Amino acid sequence: MSGLLSVFLKELTDQFGSRRFMLIALIVVITGLFSSYTASEALREQQFLNEEYLFLSLFSLSGGGLPSFLFFISFFGPLLGIILGFDAINGERTRGTLSLILSQPVYRDVIINGKFLASIATVAIMIASIMVMIAGISIAKLGVVPNGQEVARAFLFFIACILYIAFWTSLAILFSIVFEKSSTSALTSIAIWIFLAFFVYMIAGVIADEVYPITRQSTPELLAKHESLRTMLLRFSPAVLLEEISAAILNPTVRVFGPMFETQLQGLILTPLSLSQSVLVVWPQFVALVAASIICFAVSYLAFMRKEIRST
Amino acid sequence: MALVVEVQDLVKDYNGFKAVDGVTFHVAQGEIFGLLGPNGAGKTTTILMLLGMTEPTAGVVCVCGYDPNKEPLEVKRITGYLPENVGFYEDLTAKENLLYLTKLNGIPEDVAIKKIDKVLTTVGLLEVKDKLVGTYSKGMRQRLGLASVLIKEPKLVILDEPTTGIDPEGTEQVLDLIRKMSREMGVSILLSSHLLYQVQQVCDRVGIMFRGKMVAQGSIEEIGRQVLGEREGIMKLTYDYISDEALSKLDGIDGVLEKKIANNSIILKFNEERKLDIVREVVMRGFLPIEVKGREYSLEEIYIRYFREE
Repeated sequence: MSGLLSVFLKELTDQFGSRRFMLIALIVVITGLFSSYTASEALREQQFLNEEYLFLSLFSLSGGGLPSFLFFISFFGPLLGIILGFDAINGERTRGTLSLILSQPVYRDVIINGKFLASIATVAIMIASIMVMIAGISIAKLGVVPNGQEVARAFLFFIACILYIAFWTSLAILFSIVFEKSSTSALTSIAIWIFLAFFVYMIAGVIADEVYPITRQSTPELLAKHESLRTMLLRFSPAVLLEEISAAILNPTVRVFGPMFETQLQGLILTPLSLSQSVLVVWPQFVALVAASIICFAVSYLAFMRKEIRST
Repeated sequence: MALVVEVQDLVKDYNGFKAVDGVTFHVAQGEIFGLLGPNGAGKTTTILMLLGMTEPTAGVVCVCGYDPNKEPLEVKRITGYLPENVGFYEDLTAKENLLYLTKLNGIPEDVAIKKIDKVLTTVGLLEVKDKLVGTYSKGMRQRLGLASVLIKEPKLVILDEPTTGIDPEGTEQVLDLIRKMSREMGVSILLSSHLLYQVQQVCDRVGIMFRGKMVAQGSIEEIGRQVLGEREGIMKLTYDYISDEALSKLDGIDGVLEKKIANNSIILKFNEERKLDIVREVVMRGFLPIEVKGREYSLEEIYIRYFREE
């Protein structure tokens, strides 16, 4: 598959060289570094230094008015993913390079695979470098060195971030195949992002209220049903999935999501979970995130293979 | 002669609309075949089917012994295709663009670099090979397109509207290169165009497409005779003295239709097909032809005549 490697390397170079990528990368790096810096300040002031898993809380803790690193990823991640993919196919189509490439002896899927892999690699390199920078800050400022357990958890968090952004990239690539104009595909991707990031909370609340109307006299069972329906609906948003995954991965004491009865909590000893137990807690969320990306990619793959490419 | 392209009863149906409807033609080795027709006649669709880029509804396509539908990669390996409005990566230089294409063709880099210089010399872009393609003119881009086609040393070159939108000088350069490819490198060329004059200049044979059908096929001469019938040419002659006596000296030449004296010269109308024989005969009898309008069949006329009849 020398063709795949060539396309991959070409796309990777293009991504890193493009101005729009540099712009968003700069924003993400600056906000990420600042948020973890303020988080480390807050940690120092509040004398949390004896807390376990201090290193991990740098990613999820907010301080000094700046939101957490996790928030920035869940907010800017989709934008980054969309920027990497929104004109993957239709951009080449308008410039006339797509028919040039397709007339070369390579399988058609090599192009879309190469583009997708290059986008993921771009994201991976970027997130990895930010996380390493944060680790550097934490070591310098707090003097804490992450232990093996923390490194493993940070790595899983890293994977979750990539999966999250990969979903948005594959969605954007899908639209870049379906729509002829890159402005249309960009706007559609952004519309979906805004919907899933902001409006899904309201809509989930409204639907849950419709199905299980609650009043002040409602039984706890009804309240629980209402809440679990709301959470289920919210999980359609990849941002919610990422938040849940990060909550469990970055905080070893998290073991349940959603409402619980007091009886269930009886006798519970709040010890940190082991890594594998934490993964088990959010395994469904992990699978859902992977599945969402795969579905998007599979649909774009099929759409692209069936599409007739004309130069005019 | 070996056939490079064979197409038989090709049909492409887009949900009931027949873009290509039973087209049959062939291209021999080293030949320049022109696919002519107005926009929307089905030329590009035919080309896409030749390359396996779209699936025929019915019919047989064979390129150098390969079925493009089943072995598109083999066909693309030996075929250079220059699409209409081809684009290059504007933020790369000509050399980098070609290097990327050679990588996709699986040509090792050290071989590729030598080849790139060679083809860029052929198309006359060697001096600007390190300039960004974004700074190129349309004519230069088209020549770069020809270079991208030549770099894989193809047996067949397919050019879709190769001269559309370029200035006359650029057009001339492109046409020269097309001739060169066919005559010197022995490449077969299939070119589609609606610019008749240019096609007429380079093509050995043409096929005229209209509404998905191949309506006429052959050399321009053949098609012309088919569509326009016999033509007459006009010759202007001088002689030592212009008189009726001189006129009578022209009696008995086969193919002369009319002769008369006008403005101190003799005007001869003759059958176009016998042009050479008549000129020879006239000179032998001591006349000096000063003007021979042996009008060739122009594709334009054929075209207009044909579509008016439709």
